[in-house]
Amino acid sequence: MAVEAPPALGDATLQAARGPSARSRDNVRSWALGIWSALALLYLFIPIFVIVVFSFNDPAGRFNFTWEGFTLDHWKHPFANPDLALAMKNSFLIAGISTVIATALGTFMALALVRYGFRGRATVDFFVFLPLSTPEVVIGAALLALFLTMAVNTGFATIVIAHVMFTVSYVVVTVKARLEGMDRHIEEAAMDLGATEWTTFRKVTLPMIAPGVAAAALLAAAISVDDYVITKSSIEIAKPSRAALRIAGAISGSVTLRNVVHSFAPRSRAASSRWRSKPTRRAFTVTTT
Amino acid sequence: MLRLSLHRRRQLMPWIFLGPGLAWLIVFFLIPLVNQANVSLQTGDPETGYVFNWAFSTYTNAINDYSEHFIRSIGYSAAATVLCFVIAFPLAYFIAFKAGRFKNLMLLLIILPFFVSYVLRTVSWQLILADNGFVVDTLKTIGLVSEDGRLLATRTAVIAGITYNFLPFMALPLYVSLEKIDKRLIEAATDLYASRATAFRKITLPLALPGIFAGSLLTFIPACGDFVNAALLGTPRQYMIGNVIQNRYLYIQDYPTAAALSFILMTFILIGIFLYARVLGTRNLTEAAI
Repeated sequence: MAVEAPPALGDATLQAARGPSARSRDNVRSWALGIWSALALLYLFIPIFVIVVFSFNDPAGRFNFTWEGFTLDHWKHPFANPDLALAMKNSFLIAGISTVIATALGTFMALALVRYGFRGRATVDFFVFLPLSTPEVVIGAALLALFLTMAVNTGFATIVIAHVMFTVSYVVVTVKARLEGMDRHIEEAAMDLGATEWTTFRKVTLPMIAPGVAAAALLAAAISVDDYVITKSSIEIAKPSRAALRIAGAISGSVTLRNVVHSFAPRSRAASSRWRSKPTRRAFTVTTT
Repeated sequence: MLRLSLHRRRQLMPWIFLGPGLAWLIVFFLIPLVNQANVSLQTGDPETGYVFNWAFSTYTNAINDYSEHFIRSIGYSAAATVLCFVIAFPLAYFIAFKAGRFKNLMLLLIILPFFVSYVLRTVSWQLILADNGFVVDTLKTIGLVSEDGRLLATRTAVIAGITYNFLPFMALPLYVSLEKIDKRLIEAATDLYASRATAFRKITLPLALPGIFAGSLLTFIPACGDFVNAALLGTPRQYMIGNVIQNRYLYIQDYPTAAALSFILMTFILIGIFLYARVLGTRNLTEAAI
């Protein structure tokens, strides 16, 4: 790779050489791709639109399932409930902190795994995959057991620990995909020209892998925020079982998802009517809109 | 600072890089996991407590009782992974090669919906797919869904939900690996009279393999352990192994079975990854590309 490109003929010349039909086919292809991408993005946003629309709903009772009328009430004082405001703040704080830590740890791990051949690399590679293959329920419960036996006070710090632990593997995988097949000679050239390893890393490697690192950080942040909103809301609104709540307070939302799911949809026949017996629906909607 | 020979430094460097992350994973992942392995071999019940006595029967019982759920988990996750790939590949390709200055905006758009809670998004799908909802009515009018048919509480709904919820996990790694492809390689191929299709098949696709590999793992693995989609969009007849595990953990408090099921699931997944890596041969391919 990284061979000097042949003297460019210029796009226009090439296009002309390939004839007008090729060009129009390229155009069609580009349009098709563009439309497909737009539809894919639309698909991602459909449920969000529905949520936003329903945040303007004026539900007749406590439950927000059928459209009753337009109101701005829910948007007047979104932070009126101090618990919800705090939950919001905590979510972003925890996502921020754990994303920074996980991205840093994960990027360096990916660098070591791709850039260096060393004894035990295959083992480490495998080990990094393990958390990904463990159901979140298990990770959560296992970690809580550890904290409880060590008599650690569960709270902010333990949540950050849990979030870093289960996002770091995502970071490693994403950054590795970027590093693999990337031209090593550029770094070697920098070192040949007298750059130290650190300078090479800062001036050459980091800019080259930056898009991968950014994508990884986004992914980590999304996973973290997602989990924590649920963690917090479930503490506030769901009261299924004491044990479950303790887990909810202690660690990642992955565990507490269950509380929410089960308190909303007990033995879900996936029928929303069941949920109407639960007086929690509205609070939950407010949290996240 | 200690001056080490270059050779020693080369040997030490990867471990310095790995150190903090590895330590984190060992303390907060491996140790708790080993503890769970211990739990999986205990017997007892929630009232009297559990004692360790090498109860391997928990594993055989778990496989016998829940093989159906295992198969369903793997089938649903595989279907969702393929769907994710079909949806996300053109999208990632567009962002990497055609989006120009909208690149970052589009990336942000992919991730943005995922800052809304997972459960709430799935609940929203529940509203959309509801029996008297707009979507079902329309499909009935077109005739795609029979008069008494429904979308919610079907296998289709669960798979669609998983596809939706894991799409970014596919799209981002795909984008990352597509974006770094040197476009001159594709130009060179077309200059040498490869058709667009051939250039895609021989250049773009092989170079995107690490991304395809990473993306499908990031989609398939968490999907296997997922329970939210099956719980909200399905019925107990669509329940996956994740539903069984969480139910065992939190409601029945049968910790040994839950732990045993988790380890069986992990084993399946790891064997799957191993075979998949063999088939795709990602490492060899990327090394060949360099």
